[in-house]
Amino acid sequence: MLKRVSWLALAAALVVTVFPFYWMIRTALTPAADLFRDSTALWPSNPTLINFTRVLGLVSSEEARAAGGSGAEIDFLLYTANSLVYSGLIAVVQTLCCAMAGYAFARLRFPGRDLVFGVIVAALMVPPIFTLLPNFVLVKQLGLVNTFPGLVLPSLLMTPFAVFFLRQFFLSIPRDVEEAATLEGIGRWGMFWRIVLPMSRGPLITIGLTTIVWSWKDYLWPLLVGKAEETRVLTVGLGVFLQQSPNRAPDWTGLMAGSVLSVVPVLLLLVFLGRRLVQSLNFSGMK
Amino acid sequence: MQAVLRKRDDRVAGWLFLLPVLIGFLIFYAYPTVRGVWYSFTDYSLLNDPAYVGADNYRELVGDEQFWNALKVTAYYVVVNIGSQTLIALGLAALMHRLTRSVVLRAALLVPWLVPNVTIGLLWAWLLDPDLGFVNHLLGLAGLDTTLSFNSPTWAMPLVALVNSWAYTGYTALLLYAGMLQIPQGLYESASIDGAGEVRMFRSITLPLLRPIIALVLVVSLIGSFQIFDTVAVVYGGKAPIPETRVIYYYIFQQAFTYFHMGYAAAVAMVLVVVLGVLTAVQMRMLRASRSDLG
Repeated sequence: MLKRVSWLALAAALVVTVFPFYWMIRTALTPAADLFRDSTALWPSNPTLINFTRVLGLVSSEEARAAGGSGAEIDFLLYTANSLVYSGLIAVVQTLCCAMAGYAFARLRFPGRDLVFGVIVAALMVPPIFTLLPNFVLVKQLGLVNTFPGLVLPSLLMTPFAVFFLRQFFLSIPRDVEEAATLEGIGRWGMFWRIVLPMSRGPLITIGLTTIVWSWKDYLWPLLVGKAEETRVLTVGLGVFLQQSPNRAPDWTGLMAGSVLSVVPVLLLLVFLGRRLVQSLNFSGMK
Repeated sequence: MQAVLRKRDDRVAGWLFLLPVLIGFLIFYAYPTVRGVWYSFTDYSLLNDPAYVGADNYRELVGDEQFWNALKVTAYYVVVNIGSQTLIALGLAALMHRLTRSVVLRAALLVPWLVPNVTIGLLWAWLLDPDLGFVNHLLGLAGLDTTLSFNSPTWAMPLVALVNSWAYTGYTALLLYAGMLQIPQGLYESASIDGAGEVRMFRSITLPLLRPIIALVLVVSLIGSFQIFDTVAVVYGGKAPIPETRVIYYYIFQQAFTYFHMGYAAAVAMVLVVVLGVLTAVQMRMLRASRSDLG
């Protein structure tokens, strides 16, 4: 009995989690003209792909307007590409730089090491909005607003969390291999790239994936420094699309089509790296 | 062998390894932190140069009703959000732990966490649309007379909090579940032989042994919860939220980028730094006091 109720509760949680996404897709496949008639239908009476083609900028603006668009220029193909470059670039560069630093903090000996590490860890306590205001001023003074460098630079090289996480990891792996390599006369640099990094693929992918997901979700910073069409990422694109859409009757079918585009890439990530991603969510190893 | 490593002088290599991270840290963390503190003592509109005004911004804060309101509604949000999310996640984790090891189920529960908050806000704004929203349709079917809406002063904040709980419960459940997997299976077996039921086992084995993980999850999600911004920025169609949902992050954003009160915004952000610092310190204390018996 208890078992049956428990399974039922799990099933309910699954439905509550997944159904809104189903509704997103259903709405994206509904012609704008049918929105009212189909508002409670589980499947659109006349399913269509027009909402996708019009938010991707693949049809003429007359066609887009006829299908429910506001007539404003909207190009989710570009925004998706921008988002992919933004999160991919940050994830790769940041992970490598933080791995180098994490290794130095865990293994190399030099004066000032622990002091510098302490200062970086202390920065974990500062909420992002606090540094965001002056960082915006800085990027503006450098003339980098609405440029790609302005968008990626603040998180390109490091976050205190990634440095902390990777240092903890490097502390936890055995020293034997490195000691053997030292005896064979391999320098620090060669050791890091040829021996330590290949050994650490798991945690590097973990922190890389987490970084991709967080940058994919970024909104406030790209909204402030990358609102122009050429540098607009998906989240900002959705926000602008919503603002241009009439308040009384928002363009829900187009908005949901754009929303689907913001879900698909991370969903693919989950399909291909799901096991790794799911297993990476583990605080128990981080004491 | 240990001695071989000890004797090496890594002075040069060490700083070279740190170089990229140090550059990033100094320019985009350390420098803006100092600058932020300085701004909070200035009158600065982004157009003029910052002019030192002493503690004026802080004095203004004390009498600023909108600021106190922002703190209040943020606290309300955090309580509803963290409360509902942690309790449901704990229940889900316990169910999974005792019933299934399915990776597919865990992956499915993780989906909302992978999706931008902007998308989540949009999706729920649509589901809760007063005229065409599916949730309000369901409420009607259930014979309820309420129309849930982000514009209702009573419902707006609980709704925002629950929407974000919806997005983060699966993720939190997976963190707790991973902690539960560390508990030796044998404890459950012997308790079961002694005739303990599932509820009893949850209360006397799972909960006490999981306490450090629960505390850690609470620290992290609490700090994250204070940073609520995207959802309220989206569900009002890009316009400013109603006072009942004008959270502290949004208030800072508004002061800085709508009214160009950069100095004042920095002072409000300073208060947030202090609040989060105190909360973290308190929680860390509790965390240390509650080490589980497994160590």
